[in-house]
Amino acid sequence: MMNNILVLPMLLPIIIGVVLIFLRTYGRIQAWISLTAMAVTAGISFYLLYAIQADGIIRLDFGGWEPPFGILFVADSFAVLLVLTSSIVTTICLSYALISTSKELQTMYFYPTVLFLAAGVNGSFLTGDLFNLFVCFEVMLLSSYVLLTLGNSKRQLREAIKYVSINIVSSWFFLVALAFLYGTVGTLNMAHVAERVAEVGQTPLLTTISIVFLVVFSLKAGLLLYFWLPGSYSSPPVVTSALFGALLTKVGVYALFRVFSLIFYHQPEITHTLIGVMAGLTLIGGSLGAIAFNDIRSIAAYNVIIAVGFMLAGLAISTPAAIEGAIYYFIHDMVAKALLFLLVGTMITLSGTSKMAGMSGLMKNYPLLGWSFFITMLSLAGIPPLSGFIGKVLIAGAAIDSGSYLLLALALISSIFVLYSLLRIFKNCFWGETIVSKEEQLPLRRGVLLPCLALVLLTIGIGLGIEGLAPYVATAAETLLDPGIYIDAVLGIIE
Amino acid sequence: MESLIIILVGVLTTVAIYLVLSKNVVRVILGTAILSHAVHLLILSMGGLKLGTVPLLGEEAESYVDALPQALILTAIVISFAVTAFILVLAYRAYQELGTDNLGAMRGSDDE
Repeated sequence: MMNNILVLPMLLPIIIGVVLIFLRTYGRIQAWISLTAMAVTAGISFYLLYAIQADGIIRLDFGGWEPPFGILFVADSFAVLLVLTSSIVTTICLSYALISTSKELQTMYFYPTVLFLAAGVNGSFLTGDLFNLFVCFEVMLLSSYVLLTLGNSKRQLREAIKYVSINIVSSWFFLVALAFLYGTVGTLNMAHVAERVAEVGQTPLLTTISIVFLVVFSLKAGLLLYFWLPGSYSSPPVVTSALFGALLTKVGVYALFRVFSLIFYHQPEITHTLIGVMAGLTLIGGSLGAIAFNDIRSIAAYNVIIAVGFMLAGLAISTPAAIEGAIYYFIHDMVAKALLFLLVGTMITLSGTSKMAGMSGLMKNYPLLGWSFFITMLSLAGIPPLSGFIGKVLIAGAAIDSGSYLLLALALISSIFVLYSLLRIFKNCFWGETIVSKEEQLPLRRGVLLPCLALVLLTIGIGLGIEGLAPYVATAAETLLDPGIYIDAVLGIIE
Repeated sequence: MESLIIILVGVLTTVAIYLVLSKNVVRVILGTAILSHAVHLLILSMGGLKLGTVPLLGEEAESYVDALPQALILTAIVISFAVTAFILVLAYRAYQELGTDNLGAMRGSDDE
């Protein structure tokens, strides 16, 4: 059974994480083992991506229970592209932790928790069962609770209480939605639900249930309901906020894409219009937040919100070009947001403050950091040939074709706000008079920038190597737009 | 029977929301615990309640209870147990560090 390999992106981090718990006092050994584990996971997902491109969707029925009776993992190109990207980004974030993180954090179960987080994220991407999606969400969320509180500062504890409470309530909504869905269609296997919804038609009751799902995933993704996000993403240590910024909201966005392209796509005039309105408001709110603050971590957190609005604008338009663009943007944003948070965190470590007013002229002392930030800024604003460009072009083109001019305007104006907010950081913190003399400056520990440079190379690489990525993204978009492919791959043998 | 349970779910949810909206952290945590009980009952009643039968699948069985909601609830109970344990410890640590259990005092200010 070759498809058993499908469980490894979730199983490998869990097993290694459990082993690492017993190696608590050996910080560096933990770091190396977890790095290797995530690199291997990335390798496996690369192989999976290749196999799917050749043979179509792969599925794994746990315990041999054929769908729709058992739990299963389904790997289509969309899911595996995201597993691959998230594994690579996690590997790079772990290497940053290895180089920079303080000794206390290293021995406080930091690495096992990151691995459990990765397992939850990968599981959410791969699962083909809605209840299993809930469980994987919880695995991810519990790890994120722990990561958010590691470090034990007052601010972290305060933000953690809010973050945990809001997530408990949103998980409650998830269970409510699952209960009603099960009561209505009598199954929780995604493909089976999709088939039954298509058979009976999307009745008003089902549309209402879909809106409960929309609320749940919007809370997790930060779509319109993002009020909890800036506080909790800007309080934990650098690596943790980089992981949060890169991975956590993306899982919510993924769930929205999956549910509203596979199951609830029959009433787009209600659901997709609602998503479009929410995406537009998210773009506005995120843009205003990004320029309103002087704390550079808050600015970075609001940039996450803008990106979420942008990707869901792609889902709201839902033409082939828009979905393709959203997938490109998805991949780009994981890399670029991790990079942004790592750079911002490094700046804060170097200058000892997170306020723009306390930093000036960093460029003179740390030129490499400055130019990395410059490239990140261009990439996030969508300047060619960097990775953000292709996604923005495709979504903008699709918006013109489908006549969604309001979304088009908001998407493009928000890009200008992204550029402006980051340019403000660049101008205030990197240019200007150098207030710290050469003798007084904190030395940038050797190697701290290496993970950032790896991500910079990745964003340039994705931008230039878009030709190599294109066939995979095309397959992913095709599967998302034609639910029949997914349903056949899961239920094909029985029907 | 289902209608009775649904009314109970409604009552529990009302109580839970009242608790969650209060300012005391411990009350909020109790509220989330009751909230999860409410949804577990909801899932149970969604599977259909039948009296006096067992979740046994046999070819000749005349009636049987849907076993899936029970499996779902079991999983959900375990998860909510873990989360409640975590947030209780978190609330205790936060009380030690911040010296307050009032959510209104945890808003956070700009000078930090």
